[in-house]
Amino acid sequence: MHETTAPPGAARPVFYEREEHAHGDGGTLLGFWLYLMSDCLVFAALFATYGVLGRNYAAGPSGADLFDLRLVALNTGLLLLSSITYGFAMLEMDRERVDATLAWLAVTGLFGAAFLGVELYEFGHLIHEGAGPQRSAFLSSFFALVGTHGLHVTFGVVWLVTLMTQVRQYGLIAANRRRLMCLSMFWHFLDVVWIGVFTFVYLMGVSR
Amino acid sequence: MSALPGGSGVAYKPQGDGGGHGGHHAQGAHGTFGGYVTGFVLSVVLTAIPFWLVMGDVLGDKLRTDVVVMAFAAVQIVVHMIYFLHMNTRSEGGWTFLSLMFTLTLVVIALAGSIWVMYHLDQNMMPMSPHEALHKP
Repeated sequence: MHETTAPPGAARPVFYEREEHAHGDGGTLLGFWLYLMSDCLVFAALFATYGVLGRNYAAGPSGADLFDLRLVALNTGLLLLSSITYGFAMLEMDRERVDATLAWLAVTGLFGAAFLGVELYEFGHLIHEGAGPQRSAFLSSFFALVGTHGLHVTFGVVWLVTLMTQVRQYGLIAANRRRLMCLSMFWHFLDVVWIGVFTFVYLMGVSR
Repeated sequence: MSALPGGSGVAYKPQGDGGGHGGHHAQGAHGTFGGYVTGFVLSVVLTAIPFWLVMGDVLGDKLRTDVVVMAFAAVQIVVHMIYFLHMNTRSEGGWTFLSLMFTLTLVVIALAGSIWVMYHLDQNMMPMSPHEALHKP
């Protein structure tokens, strides 16, 4: 929004920007943030379900019997690395370097895919041992919570690959910058949710 | 926007930011290299300590371990919010922060309320062994 004013002594009109639109995105980033907050409530409901049912083993295995914390530590590291590499992609985007942005996005996607691989291995291992979601209320709520997070990461990777194609095709245009910023929030948000998962589900499930 | 007489108007922002690279967004809105590295190092430390506490059974007491581990998680979430999500009280006119506070309030009510209510419900149930629970009609 501009206002035409003529400060004393100025021959020509001077335009002031009255509102600071940092990105000129028309509110997309705020709207996406609000979506993330509603997603946060979805996870809150799943965490609450796990908090209530997480000790109902139905004479089956408990978290201490099932969880391999070394795998969880590996997964946590992978997700944390993918967060910082996405940050590097955003820094390269600021410098208008298309190739470097794409390279860091690819690294981020690989870390995300590796995370999913480890998680699917863990799920497959649990189901193979007879500790599938139908075994007990604890395992139902475990698969619902961790599976929903994994599904989010899956869609994040799909979105990432889509945006890489977009950036390669059209470059770092304003629309692609806006999309990359939205995915950036989504990706870091998933890492925040994972902090809750590895703390509440894995560490507190194994601690003695 | 008013018509420019022959395009001779001068447009500038009195705040003086937005320069640097391209001028279409505020500088540092996506963080800095140092910021990301600081956040990463802090996160690694804040992740490694709780894993070490649990895997090494260092504290030797479940309740104490759980409380310490939860405290580390809370600190790490704040670190992620600041260094990775660039959360502050000013972005988007304060609306992101306000919506975050509102959401956190709802999350705390949902989590604490569910666990509290269901714990009491559990206490008031008839005692049942796992074997009986399995063969309930």
